[in-house]
Amino acid sequence: MNSLILSTSSRYLLVLLQLFSVFLLLRGHNEPGGGFAGGLVAAAAYALYFIANGVEEARRVFRFEPLTVVVAGLGVALVSTLPSILGGMNFMQSVWVKTGIPVIGKVGTPLLFDVGVYLLVLGITLKIVFSLAGEDEP
Amino acid sequence: MRNPPLLFLIITGFAVSAIAPYLYRLLKARFVWFGVAFPLALFASFMLKYPQVASGVPVRESWSWVPSLGLDLSFMLDGLSLTFAMLVTLIGAAVFLYASVYLRHYEEADRFFGFIGMFMTSMLGVVLSDNMLLLFLFWELTSISSFLLIGFNHHAATSRASALKALLVTGAGGLALLAGMLLLGSVTGSFEISSFYAMNDLITSHRLYPAIVALILVGAFTKSAQFPFHFWLPDAMAAPSPVSAYLHSATMVKAGIYLIARFNHEIGGTALWQDTILVAGATTMIFAGLLSYRQSDLKRLLAYSTLSVLGTLVMLLGIGSKLAIKAFFIYLIAHSLYKGTLFLVAGTLDHETGTRDVSKLGGLWKAMPVTAVTAALASFSMMGVIPLIGFIGKETLYKAVLEVQPWGRVLIVLAVASSAFLVVVTFLVGFRPFLGKPRPELQKVHDAPVAMLVGPFILALSGLLLGLFPDFFVGHLLEASAVSIISQRLGIEIELWHGFNLVLLLSFVTLLVGVGLYLLRSIALSRMENLHLPGLIKPSIWYEQALAGMLRFATWLTSLLQNGDLRRYLAVIILSALIPASLMLFSTGGFSVTLPADLSVTPYEVALAVIIVLATGLLLTSDSRLKAIVSMGVLGFGVGIIFIIYGAPDVALTTFAIETLNVILFVLVLAHLPKFTSRSRPTGRLRDGLIAASAGVFMTLTVLQVTSTDLSSRLKEYFGSASLPDGHGRNVVNVILVDFRALDTLGEITVLAIAAIGVFALLKLRTGKTD
Repeated sequence: MNSLILSTSSRYLLVLLQLFSVFLLLRGHNEPGGGFAGGLVAAAAYALYFIANGVEEARRVFRFEPLTVVVAGLGVALVSTLPSILGGMNFMQSVWVKTGIPVIGKVGTPLLFDVGVYLLVLGITLKIVFSLAGEDEP
Repeated sequence: MRNPPLLFLIITGFAVSAIAPYLYRLLKARFVWFGVAFPLALFASFMLKYPQVASGVPVRESWSWVPSLGLDLSFMLDGLSLTFAMLVTLIGAAVFLYASVYLRHYEEADRFFGFIGMFMTSMLGVVLSDNMLLLFLFWELTSISSFLLIGFNHHAATSRASALKALLVTGAGGLALLAGMLLLGSVTGSFEISSFYAMNDLITSHRLYPAIVALILVGAFTKSAQFPFHFWLPDAMAAPSPVSAYLHSATMVKAGIYLIARFNHEIGGTALWQDTILVAGATTMIFAGLLSYRQSDLKRLLAYSTLSVLGTLVMLLGIGSKLAIKAFFIYLIAHSLYKGTLFLVAGTLDHETGTRDVSKLGGLWKAMPVTAVTAALASFSMMGVIPLIGFIGKETLYKAVLEVQPWGRVLIVLAVASSAFLVVVTFLVGFRPFLGKPRPELQKVHDAPVAMLVGPFILALSGLLLGLFPDFFVGHLLEASAVSIISQRLGIEIELWHGFNLVLLLSFVTLLVGVGLYLLRSIALSRMENLHLPGLIKPSIWYEQALAGMLRFATWLTSLLQNGDLRRYLAVIILSALIPASLMLFSTGGFSVTLPADLSVTPYEVALAVIIVLATGLLLTSDSRLKAIVSMGVLGFGVGIIFIIYGAPDVALTTFAIETLNVILFVLVLAHLPKFTSRSRPTGRLRDGLIAASAGVFMTLTVLQVTSTDLSSRLKEYFGSASLPDGHGRNVVNVILVDFRALDTLGEITVLAIAAIGVFALLKLRTGKTD
């Protein structure tokens, strides 16, 4: 598919959609959104980019191997459980930083966990999309 | 840190093993220093605890871990565990040193050190654990590391098959052991082994006692390769030589023996226990001796002789007298030292000459003098020649066996015969490669690098030192171990020389018979060439049959449930959810549906419903895939809008994202599918339609049922009110996902990650790419 308009606009849309996905991730605790939806939107952004510019270009822009992102996501989610273990609390009991950070809002292990979900969903979706799309290659 | 806690040693061990591969890549040739320092540091830490243990006071410590399961991090270091711990770390040092040179040209040597470090730490865990469940955990870890190490040359199919065989046999045994431990725990109400000390009567008189004995012994026998579970051990020789030396002769295969010794005091003392292990041990001892006779591969020879010795050790525990425990203890140490050495020597021979076939080796003593001396020292110990530790071991063994009533005479014949076979193995492995005329094809062979010589030499030398000054080195340990095994002190000194007596005569007879058997070997082998044992009596055939049967069953079940037809999958999934759920609903009073009072609808709800129904109709009747995909997208978005109308924006958002990606994925798959044709017959369509319709009816009825019952659940209020103060979030759905029910989410995302790997593997499989 070669569409100049789509190809050009996808570059801007990619950035915008990624920003939107992070926005969804961060607001998720108070408004509709969250890591799962955010991860899906981010993946959709790259999927759009891939439709416009081809899979090789999309892989290059994404830069990471999707499976690595999956592992990183699972790792971040696991790391978010550490404070509760080390603090001798119930497993995965939430721990919050007392004062929030501007823009991001309240910071705590649930947010870290949600970041893990975000990365994992993004990685899985892109792995499947890229694998399916890359099938034609020799 | 002076005298670090045992838990600290274990954690350090695992942590160091985890970084060992990276260190190996970083340090390259200098890794050898690190490799030897790691086990030696552990050895030194155990030496610090030696005075306390030798004085008869075990080191104990306990941390709470999962109290609800009775699983605590409790450790105990007594004479028996200290003996094993010192063997494991000392031989570990020799093996690490040796392997860091031996494996230099292996591609994946880095991970080897991670595996073997993990093994060493797990083995220490097995002998240090006081909690049975903790012991089991480490026990399984040794099985897993053994699997990884046997299959280290994973490019070879035989290596993989051998690794799997070892894993399946020891893993099945591990399950039996776990069952035995759980039974024991339910009988005694405790999982701490040391708490059973006073409960011997309670346990042995319980009606579950025979089951406990059987299950625990199956675990021990599989691990220590006792007949009829012995067949995995010779195949495990597919592992690199340092692994065979370490896991499959000196340490891991002795875990089963350790277990028997450990439980001997608590659940032993009965005829059932003593006779079972006596018979199993004696059987293994003599059959393994016989089977070793026709081997010609260096490592397989050593493997069968290891089996024979393992049998002897088990038999001695079965005899259970003071003298037998003494013999057990000395024989255990002697065997670990000389057999570890000989395996490393076999590895050196393999490494330098490229063959392990004894018939192709000879006259190497000039080319490899250090190795020859090392091999000779170990061989003398193995044959039981004065003044090495092996001599004391054999003398004490004969003495203990002669005491047995009424079967002593039979057993002594078996013991002498199997020792004679050990002599044959010794000649073949320890002397034959070095003696005789130098062979022309082995002209260019030279001795191994220093790092490969030091370890085996020190082990062999220890055998001599222990033989000369036995009481000084191991006297205290023997006393402390005897307390662990039979809960009494022996009060017997270990001496090298006992004077001229029947036992010494038997030692001579053993050597003579051994030499005779060795000389007759070539004639006997040519006679036996056409001798084939019927498959019925070979346990390895039973294993293969069982494995093949299991695979056939799995194939049958898979073809039944997953025949490659997606419709079948869906039908199986839907029906297996539908049938039990409907049975449940109807058996508990059936549906009592009351329609809600307010049935008014808004125009846009009607419009949505019409759109959804039309899209469904189009989906079912479409004549092209693209049309079907688009109508499914419409259907999905319609449902998403319903979510918005009824105030579930989170669900709607996710639905939209999923539907979008779904359409993209379908379009991607589209290009690879064959031409769209109608493949189903009318009857099939009718059946599928019925299944689909009943699923729809069921869901509708369920929803009506749920909405018309008053669910007196306080969850909704709880989550609603606790979300902001406790979860710091106003979005209840998200707070539930990432906080209240975060563990569920963690499980789900783990499943997702596995599914992604599965999808990836399937796609690779289809295209046949191998990168």
